[in-house]
Amino acid sequence: MTTTLRDAVALAERPARPSPLSTTLTFGWRALLKIKHVPEQLFDVLVTPVIFTLMFTYLFGGALAGSTQAYIQFLLPGILVQTILFVTIYTGYTLNTDISKGVFDRFRSLPIWRPSPVVGALLGDTVRYTVAAVITITLGLILGFRPDGGLGGVLLGVLLLLVFAFALSWTFIILGLLVRSPNAVMGVSMIVLMPLTFASNVFVDPETMPSGLRAFVSVNPVSHLVTAVRGLMAGSPDATEIVWVLIASVVLTAVLGPIAMRIYRSKS
Amino acid sequence: MSDSLAVEAQGLVKHFTSRKSVTKAVDGIDLSIAEGSVFGLLGPNGAGKTTVVRMLATLLRPDAGTARVLGHDVVRDADAVRSAVGLTGQYASVDEDLTGTENLLMLARLYGFAPAAARRRTQGLLEAFDLADAGARQVKTYSGGMRRRIDLAASLVLAPRVLFLDEPTTGLDPRSRNQVWDIVRVLVEDGATVLLTTQYLDEADQLADRIAVIDHGRSIAEGTASELKRSVGEGAVHLRVAEVADRVKAAEITERLLGAEVTLGSDPHALSARVPDEGTDAVAGLLPALADAGIAVPEFSLGQPSLDEVFLALTGQPLPDDEPAGGTSSAPGQRETSEAPR
Repeated sequence: MTTTLRDAVALAERPARPSPLSTTLTFGWRALLKIKHVPEQLFDVLVTPVIFTLMFTYLFGGALAGSTQAYIQFLLPGILVQTILFVTIYTGYTLNTDISKGVFDRFRSLPIWRPSPVVGALLGDTVRYTVAAVITITLGLILGFRPDGGLGGVLLGVLLLLVFAFALSWTFIILGLLVRSPNAVMGVSMIVLMPLTFASNVFVDPETMPSGLRAFVSVNPVSHLVTAVRGLMAGSPDATEIVWVLIASVVLTAVLGPIAMRIYRSKS
Repeated sequence: MSDSLAVEAQGLVKHFTSRKSVTKAVDGIDLSIAEGSVFGLLGPNGAGKTTVVRMLATLLRPDAGTARVLGHDVVRDADAVRSAVGLTGQYASVDEDLTGTENLLMLARLYGFAPAAARRRTQGLLEAFDLADAGARQVKTYSGGMRRRIDLAASLVLAPRVLFLDEPTTGLDPRSRNQVWDIVRVLVEDGATVLLTTQYLDEADQLADRIAVIDHGRSIAEGTASELKRSVGEGAVHLRVAEVADRVKAAEITERLLGAEVTLGSDPHALSARVPDEGTDAVAGLLPALADAGIAVPEFSLGQPSLDEVFLALTGQPLPDDEPAGGTSSAPGQRETSEAPR
């Protein structure tokens, strides 16, 4: 063992310091490996949108919109938004798991661009988002969702949603850094996301809501996002709403990104 | 051993503030570790050993004091420190969901190895650490010893000149522990500097050139293993009496013969006493004397002083009783002891 150990540890030439892009991609690769080894983590991603879509379409569709067929045109973009937003919680969950398992400190002890573990994880999350989006849209198509915006409209809608999801992820990264256990991250995130997605225009038109609630719904960022995505998918993009979502995404990232990295650096 | 210092620290302080109380995890620690040497930080749980290591490894910012690793300041020049050190311990772990190969490959890529070089490096390390067959398995399926070896391999990917090992053998069986010790010895022969923390005097004795004993965030003694042991007497005698009722009498006899203070263990059968430098002959007479008094002694051992005894000698107080449940509470110092079931 001694000689092999010596040979294995000895290093003839030290490699050059890797670029931020290279380390970020390596962390993205790690996120994919984790999906490969722990495919159960996709279970929520797959099942939740299916249950919600089926339940709302058939349970409430007729009552809310006259027919399930009419309702799904309205509901599907909303369900898609809700699904992806819930998936962003996993960003904080996995980060917190890394902290509690000690993997996080190994990464922080490396001479690499500091944000790369976080940014790489966000890249890996794209796979989760994509899987969730494909499942939801496919199910929608089977149930009769016929977007007038066509393939292009749907793709643009998904793209806009991904931009916002990335920006929102920083919230959960901060939570993941601050909260004590992975399950607590889940719990707190749910408390934040539940009212945001339900008190919005995801499921129903806010017309019939009491005025206080309606005021909340109209300033709720999720409502703006849903309207923008709906517009794109229906082939009638609402420029104001799209710009609103893009600005919100930039502001979220510009404010929360540096805060998250500051906490990350000083984390004990 | 060269004269230059691999690690030097002056007045390191780290306080943790929780809701109402301030814990002085590290309360003014100085360190000078020569290049190519092994330095042991010895102390019980909660003494501040891990906090010292985390500050030296740039994971924690000291509240006061300075530290330099290979001449680089751990705060101002953190990246240079990170390139030069390897870290293994409860706080720097590998990813349990990934396989052994994937973990090492990922680290090699993160240290800047090109893909082909990273694969060669990974393969070489896996073979050297006797993990080649387990490379394709998820780390969570590894045994304790394998787990510690992959942790060690992970910290050696960049052939660090300074290695921090935080309790490298806690919870390992004796065979795995010896493997880890062998690995450390080889690394040091090849010029690495090692700072290791441990709860076991025996481990520090086996590996470390110098030892600092830490308690409540302060260094209470520093020296070579033999200097420390001299301060507590050359050794200690441990015995277990068959009948609990005999213990007090056995303690009296032991105290009279050895002229040393007797410590009663938490086990109602056990007692131990330091053997004074001049008392080695008296130890030989102890068993017959006990037999004459009609006391059956199923277990008798003469061993190095345990951490308990070092603490007792240095602080006048027994080791704080905060061992985690199920933790290894028997120090491997008493190797001559024939382990009876408790």
